[in-house]
Amino acid sequence: MAPAGESALASWVTTVPTSAEERASAPAAHVVRTEEDLLTVRHAVRAATVEVGFGLVDQTRVVTAASELARNAYVHGGGGTVTIEYPRRPGGRGLRLVVKDDGPGIADLDAALTDGFTTGSGLGHGLGGARRLMDEFTVQTTPGGGTVVTVTRWTAR
Amino acid sequence: MTAPRLAGVPILRLGDVLVTGLLNELDDGAAVAFTEELTERISGSSARGVLIDISRLEIIDSFVARTLMELTTVARLLGARVIVAGMRPPVAITLVELGIELVGVETALNAEQGLAALGWRQAPDPVEGSRRGAGR
Amino acid sequence: MRVTTSEAAVRERLTRALRERDAEIADRWVELQLEQALLGTDISEAELREEADALIDALVSGLESGVPVDRVVTSHTGLHEAVVRLSMRRARGGATPTVTSLAVLALKEALLKAVQRETRDAEELFASAVFINRLMDAAGALSFETYVEGREDIIRRQSQQLMELSTPVVRLWRQVLAVPLIGTLDTARTQVVMENLLQAIQDHEALVAIVDITGVPTVDTAVAQHLMQTVNAVRLMGADCVISGVRPSIAQTIAQLGIDLSAILTRATLADALAAAIKLIDGPGPDGDDGESR
Repeated sequence: MAPAGESALASWVTTVPTSAEERASAPAAHVVRTEEDLLTVRHAVRAATVEVGFGLVDQTRVVTAASELARNAYVHGGGGTVTIEYPRRPGGRGLRLVVKDDGPGIADLDAALTDGFTTGSGLGHGLGGARRLMDEFTVQTTPGGGTVVTVTRWTAR
Repeated sequence: MTAPRLAGVPILRLGDVLVTGLLNELDDGAAVAFTEELTERISGSSARGVLIDISRLEIIDSFVARTLMELTTVARLLGARVIVAGMRPPVAITLVELGIELVGVETALNAEQGLAALGWRQAPDPVEGSRRGAGR
Repeated sequence: MRVTTSEAAVRERLTRALRERDAEIADRWVELQLEQALLGTDISEAELREEADALIDALVSGLESGVPVDRVVTSHTGLHEAVVRLSMRRARGGATPTVTSLAVLALKEALLKAVQRETRDAEELFASAVFINRLMDAAGALSFETYVEGREDIIRRQSQQLMELSTPVVRLWRQVLAVPLIGTLDTARTQVVMENLLQAIQDHEALVAIVDITGVPTVDTAVAQHLMQTVNAVRLMGADCVISGVRPSIAQTIAQLGIDLSAILTRATLADALAAAIKLIDGPGPDGDDGESR
C-alpha cells in the first residue's frame, strides 16, 4: 500500500481504473531461433488467448496468425522475437503480437501482402493471411533493417 | 536436416488403404519426415487409398496446408487417393479466412466416412445410421 | 509529507462515523434515492438497503487501508468492486447513467449528515466535506464509467444473440442441414453463420448443408465472396454445400457482375435444393467418384 502522501495530491480524482489482470499481464517476449521455438510460441499465444477470454474460433485465428508471423521471422528474418501484449479499450480486451526480426527487411511490401507471394516455404499467405485473421495490422520494415509486424485482435468488435 | 528422421506417427494398413493421422505438436521437421515416410509406404505397399485423420490438429497454418496439398499430389502420382478427415470447425473457418482452399485435397467429416469413401466398409449393421457406412 | 494531521483526523472521523452510524447512513441514503427518484428502475427497498450496507462496509475497509483518498476507490479491490457491482446492477436494470452516478453521489449528503452529528466545528466540517467530496467524486466517476461499459456490453451481447437467432441451423433430412439467411451477409454475419453451420455439421454428421438466400435482398461481390467462403469452409469439413433461393433477379445481378459461382451447386428453391441434397447423399453408387467430396 502506498503511504498517504504526495501521490495522493498528484493523482487527481479521475484516476483510470486498472483491473487486476491488466496489472498482472506484463509483456512477455519469446525468442524464435529454432523450429521448436515456433511450437513454444504457439503454446504461449494459445494460453494468452484463453486468458483474454477469446472463443475457440478466435483462439484458432490468433494462434494461426502467430504461427504464420513467427515462421516468417524464422524463415526470412533469420529468427526474431514474438512479444505478447494485452491492450484494453472501453468494453473490450485484446491480444497484440509484436513480431520482430533483424532480417533483410521486405523490399516490396505490397507484393509481400499479396497472396501467393513467397520467397520461402509456405504458400505465401503469411503476411496477407495474418492481416485477414486479425483486426489490426501494421508492418514497419526497412531494407536491411529488419521487420516489425504488429497485429491485434479484440474480444468485441 | 540430412539425418533421416522418424515422423513418430503410426501408419496402419487396412487392406489397400493406409490409415494415419497428424498430431497437433507437429513441427516442420516432423511434417517433412511424415511426408517422406508416407510416400515410401504408398509406393512400397501399392496402396490405393490414404486416410489422414486431422481431427487432433488445433491449427493448420500455410505450412501444414502446403504439406497436405503436396502429399495429395504425390500420392495421386503414385496412384493413391488421399482423403483428409475430421477437420475441426474453427480450423476450417480459419483456413478459409486465411485464403487457403486446400485445392485438390478431398475431405471427409470423420475417419469412418473417409474410409467409406475409399471403399473400405464396415460390416453390415442393422442399427439406423449405418446406412451411410454400408451403402456407399 | 504534505498530508496534514487534519486530513488524517478527518479520515479517522469519517471512518468512525461510517462504522458506528452505518445503519443511519444506509437509511438516509436509501431515503434520498427514493426521494429523488434516482432509480428509474425497479430495485426494491430491500435491495437498496443491501447495496448500501455493502458499499458502507467497503468504504470502511477502503478508508482503513490507508490508500490516498483520491485513489482509494479505484485501487482498493473491495471498494472498487462494490461500486462496480452497484453500477452494473443499475445499468442492467435500465437506469440512465446520470441517475446512476447521482445515486452514488447522494451518499455524500448522508455521509456529511453523519459527520455533523459528531462535530459542530465549522473548520472540521469543511475539511470533512472536502474529503467526502474527493472520495465520492471518484466513486461517481467510476460508476459512470462502469455504467457505460456495462451498457455497451449488454448491447454487444444482444446484437450477438440477435445475430445467432437470425441464423438458425435446421435439420431438414437425415444428414441434411439448412440455414436460411435473412438480411445482408456482411463479414460479422458470415463468421456467425459459418461457426453455427460448421458446428452443426459436426454434431449431426451432416453430409450436405443448404444455404438458403431467399431472404437476402441483393448479392453483390462482397456477399458472393462471403457465400464462397461459407461453401469452402463446409467443403473443408468434408460436407457438400448447396445454395438455394437464387431468385431470377439475383441470378441476373450475379451474371452482370461477372461473379463466378460455377463451382457451387445452386438451386432456385429450397425444395429443389433438398432434392439435390438427397441425391448427393444417396450418391451415384459405392464406386462413384462424385460422392461427398470433390
